[in-house]
Amino acid sequence: MKVLKLATAGSVDDGKSTLIGRLLYDTKSLTTDKLEAIEKTSKQRGYDYLDFSLATDGLVAEREQGITIDVAHIYFSTPTKSYIIADTPGHVEYTRNMVTGASTSQAAIILIDARKGVIEQTYRHFFINNMLRIKDVIVAINKMDLVDYAEDTFNAIKADFEELMAKRDYQDQNITFIPVSALKGDNVVNKSDAMPWYQGQTLLQHLEELDLKDIYNTGTPRFPVQYVIRPKTDDYHDFRGFAGKVYGGELSVGDEVVALPSQTRSKIKEIYFHDKKFQTASRRSSVTITLEDEINVSRGDMLVKADDLPQIEKQFTATVSWMDSDQLTPGKKYVVQHGVNKVLAKVDAIHHKIKPDYTGIDEEATSLGMNDIAKVSFKLNKPIFYDAFKDHRTNGSFILIDAQSNATAGVGFIE
Amino acid sequence: MTLDTVTKEISATDSQVLGATGDVANALENEAIYIIREVAAQFEKPVLLFSGGKDSITLVRLAQKAFWPAKIPFPLMHIDTGHNFPETIEFRDRLVEELGLELIVRNVQDSIDQGKVKEETGKYASRNMLQTTTLLDAIEEFKFDACIGGARRDEEKARAKERIFSVRDDFGQWDEKNQRPELFDMLNGQIELGQNVRVFPISNWTELDVWSYIEREQIEIPSIYFAHQRKIFLRDGLIWSAEDDVVFRAEDEVVEERTVRFRTVGDMSCTAAVESNADTIAKVVAEIRESSISERGARIDDKRSEAAMEKRKQQGYF
Repeated sequence: MKVLKLATAGSVDDGKSTLIGRLLYDTKSLTTDKLEAIEKTSKQRGYDYLDFSLATDGLVAEREQGITIDVAHIYFSTPTKSYIIADTPGHVEYTRNMVTGASTSQAAIILIDARKGVIEQTYRHFFINNMLRIKDVIVAINKMDLVDYAEDTFNAIKADFEELMAKRDYQDQNITFIPVSALKGDNVVNKSDAMPWYQGQTLLQHLEELDLKDIYNTGTPRFPVQYVIRPKTDDYHDFRGFAGKVYGGELSVGDEVVALPSQTRSKIKEIYFHDKKFQTASRRSSVTITLEDEINVSRGDMLVKADDLPQIEKQFTATVSWMDSDQLTPGKKYVVQHGVNKVLAKVDAIHHKIKPDYTGIDEEATSLGMNDIAKVSFKLNKPIFYDAFKDHRTNGSFILIDAQSNATAGVGFIE
Repeated sequence: MTLDTVTKEISATDSQVLGATGDVANALENEAIYIIREVAAQFEKPVLLFSGGKDSITLVRLAQKAFWPAKIPFPLMHIDTGHNFPETIEFRDRLVEELGLELIVRNVQDSIDQGKVKEETGKYASRNMLQTTTLLDAIEEFKFDACIGGARRDEEKARAKERIFSVRDDFGQWDEKNQRPELFDMLNGQIELGQNVRVFPISNWTELDVWSYIEREQIEIPSIYFAHQRKIFLRDGLIWSAEDDVVFRAEDEVVEERTVRFRTVGDMSCTAAVESNADTIAKVVAEIRESSISERGARIDDKRSEAAMEKRKQQGYF
């Protein structure tokens, strides 16, 4: 069985948590005791329907205010796929949590309230999902029951959204529109009788038929070294294994590799997963690699194929999504964590900021506040080994850590 | 995080290139190994919190895989409530000995004797809450900066909100409204002196994922997870162990014998049994697949209120 990670997005009260609750309910994934708890609380609150958001809003502050503050991870499975859903907050002020949820997802659902149509949060969430290069986006036009299931309303919103699509940077993103009512269950798992004009798939059908091969980002193989394994036991006295996860492509025994930053060459001697040897490690496998030669490799270094080197630079320009209450300004220093490698960085220049309403760019920006997105250049104290984010999702992204507070202050996507 | 995965095993002489399988178990296993290795690399004094339950036993297996052929580079620690099932303690000691691991045990009884916490009384008395004090004291005593635990997001709705690296202040508290963003695979373990990080490598596993993994890997687990004859009594529709005096029993609560098993193994005083004939791992997996009650449905500690878990976590509970 395969895993699909997906994230929800949409404004407050567009019904994200309700949609997830509906998915769980209609796929019979809610256990009796959880369902009873939802029934009980819904009744206590005087609702005449089941409030499925109670299944996912796990914090007291969330239930009090009826909003989602942080990402909740929800799990359910069908006979064909195992799903991990990141239920992300809709409030502008919690955009950073939305980015957190979306960054690890292969597909995203953007909800739109059929009564409100495309609003600023729709722009923001679509922009972020596009920036993160999420391959499959489903635009779920929700609350169709409140607009009499009207085809015209659906088409008008779809047309508005298509105008946004024309402006997107990542054009290969697949976008699918589905009219739903999460509350009533139309076109979520079961096909709606109320919208005979809609011939397409339900939300779950669409997810079930997604071919994972098509939506996982790939690239050339990169092997950032996490940890050096030196057992120093009698049996493995000279064993020196480089533990890490393979990103992008495959690595095989016999491959000619270069260790960065030293640029020393060697060949892959063995690939271990636990105590078993493998000929090939494919992407996302956590393996241990030994080399033919005794070369100096430590945490933060990277093994790459000799004929396919990344950029090795002490500076780069990136799109940064800022997540801290302290502002980012030119001259400030941060720790850049690029994969498992850490270097010191200084903000060289802020080139421009995306306007908060996504209508264009602001070239006069001198600082970044929480939730701003901007193009920024950095200078580093040591070179890092990167690819452009568009070519390599893992090796093209980094986080910025505030050296004083240790907070994860921002995330960047290298050009 | 996650996905597409290892490799098929081949013999050392086979030169054929084999492709990815990409299934759930492999994806989750690779993710967990990555997280455990990050802990060893980023922290000076990590510890694995070991309860003797199936989740922490799974963690031990994953840690073995992460560092082979080297030993697991951190100790195990058990916060012993004194109300554990004897089968669990026996199992714990045997596992530690077989794998040559270092085990630290700290006792809730000592915290009680020192007057730091007070034993609960009455019908629902449990030492579950008291563990927190003992745990926080032990973290301070050994200066642990990272505690690896087997909590999973599917267990409970406050846990569903937790990050993989979850920073706690020097009072052990979880600031749930101000968690660090966690992006892609990048785990930020930078902390100030006095803070510590709780790490959850199997965050994304479901109960069924854990059981399927135990089945696939043929991991040994304590006998109480399997159907057995036990003296029990019923209260509030739940089945409680009456084998010894740990669980408070009123005089009118009648003891009978039934075939039961435990789905989760916590403190005896807050863990109820379920009626079951599943006496092999395969049968347990089949039972869970069909079950309509959630795993923590038999944990009375969660039933104290809607926010029971969140409140305990704020105070430093695992």
